[in-house]
Amino acid sequence: MPRWNLDVQPGPAGPLAAAEDAFRLIQPLAFPLYGGARRLLRFEEGEGVVRFENVGLRYGMGPEVLKDVTFNIEPNSFQFLTGPSGAGKTTLMRLLFLNMKPTRGLISLFGRDVSSLDPDEVAVIRRRIGIVFQDFRLLDHFTTYENVALPLRVLGKEEASYRAEVTELLHWVGLGDRMHVMPPVLSGGEKQRAAIARALIGRPEFLLADEPTGNVDPTLARRLLRLFVELNRSGTSVLLATHDIALMDQFDARRLVIADGRLYVYD
Amino acid sequence: MSTTDDTTVPAPPPATPGKPEKPAKPKAVPVTPIVPGATVAGRALIAVVAIMTFLAALTIGSVMAVRSTAGAWRSDVTREVTIQIRAGDKAVTDAQVRAAVDLAQQTPGILEAHVLTETETGRLLEPWLGAGLDYSDLPVPRIVVLRLDPAASPDLARLRRTLTDRIPTAALDDHRTWSRRLGAMAEGVMITGFGLLALVGVATVLSVVFATRAAVATNRTIVEVLHFVGARDGFIAAQFQRHFLKIGMQGGILGGVAAAALFGGLMSLPRFGILADPENPGIITWLDPGWLGFGGIAIAVIIIALVTALTSRITVYRTLRTIA
Repeated sequence: MPRWNLDVQPGPAGPLAAAEDAFRLIQPLAFPLYGGARRLLRFEEGEGVVRFENVGLRYGMGPEVLKDVTFNIEPNSFQFLTGPSGAGKTTLMRLLFLNMKPTRGLISLFGRDVSSLDPDEVAVIRRRIGIVFQDFRLLDHFTTYENVALPLRVLGKEEASYRAEVTELLHWVGLGDRMHVMPPVLSGGEKQRAAIARALIGRPEFLLADEPTGNVDPTLARRLLRLFVELNRSGTSVLLATHDIALMDQFDARRLVIADGRLYVYD
Repeated sequence: MSTTDDTTVPAPPPATPGKPEKPAKPKAVPVTPIVPGATVAGRALIAVVAIMTFLAALTIGSVMAVRSTAGAWRSDVTREVTIQIRAGDKAVTDAQVRAAVDLAQQTPGILEAHVLTETETGRLLEPWLGAGLDYSDLPVPRIVVLRLDPAASPDLARLRRTLTDRIPTAALDDHRTWSRRLGAMAEGVMITGFGLLALVGVATVLSVVFATRAAVATNRTIVEVLHFVGARDGFIAAQFQRHFLKIGMQGGILGGVAAAALFGGLMSLPRFGILADPENPGIITWLDPGWLGFGGIAIAVIIIALVTALTSRITVYRTLRTIA
């Protein structure tokens, strides 16, 4: 799947405005829905997706569970997050999807210092992040279709406006014939794919997946990994938290290893 | 990608709709409410709201009924005064009665002067002396009942002076003592009623608040998922508020209508010949809440529904704070 980088010279209104103008010119050309540049990733000059600087976190008066964590996640990058249980992986994930605030240090998402965001700004930032939970968190009273469509529904879009898009994505993840089935009757792998589809439907710029292959067999795990890789090639930064060394060995990507609350980066 | 696995990779969806592997035109699907309607917690909350609204409505209706009944009694007592003429020689007494009636009719503000017949007087004495007695041998005083004009205020002090000057055996009773006692009793009943209403109101609000919080807590996963897919706090709160307003209205209307129907049913019993004796009115005939009472019940239904909705909103915001 090709990825086109558009180099734009800054115009009088700045580099971002010039990039938007260029995007508007090329947008009418035929691009596959998930195979290419259907959207302009907005990054300020020199801005990464995620920036952690000396981040520390403790629960209450307890010891620090994360110590001096410093790393960046660049646009269009792919990385694994791994480490033993209890090392702070989940805590780091929670910081990344703005579920917690650090005790110290700086966290910046899409160039915004998260400590200064109000609840509405947090919601807007979250729409740029897709999250796949280990326990799926699908709503049992919704069909697979409705679960996947939820991120678009909360934006106030009419059902008719996203029907084709959601149906297409469900076919893409292999759930075309399970659209109108409730989550309790889906298998573990199907739930996982539904959760992934829900994370992707909003075309996130950054995808966080917590043990997305934890509940599936090795064959499906490889298939899901390929799905994440394809997504990364279409321009989304991916952080995949996993314990599965064999899975990580299948794809040569950056590894963030967390141990005893400290983060080690292997590029 | 350094892997050599041979698993099938899902093909990216084609750019043009209508390709063979996907449906040509997806059918419209009904949109399920974000907050599920028919849940055990939802039904339990409807029951709690209905029961508490019923109790609150009964209290409101009863308090309003007692208030209007006490007011009516007081008004009845103060709308009439009586002239009592001690019994003496029959011819003299009859002349005194006629003179008293004349004096009363000449006084402005008195609409009617009615001399109680022997039968009417006998009925008044019946509770003390029993029925079927011949009162002609007893020195029973003669009573003249004066009906006052509620719009005017007759000069009863002057009438009393004139009466006692001209008819020394006559006495004017304006029921002032009774009226005061009845007024004090009515006020006491009203204060007790409103105190009871306040207690029932607080109990209703607390029950509804805690039941609503419990019902929202069962939907915590929905709040979390909406939060993580990027819904604004206001959007999430609005979904729950709308849902719980509906529950509050359903429960409130059930309880309110049941209470109103009970009052209506009791009031209509005399029409079917039950407790219809006007001389011996039962408590049922006093239980007319009036339009004020029915209006109060309607307002209680609205307030309880709003409390349910507002509590759900506050609980959702509180849940969002704990999630974040």
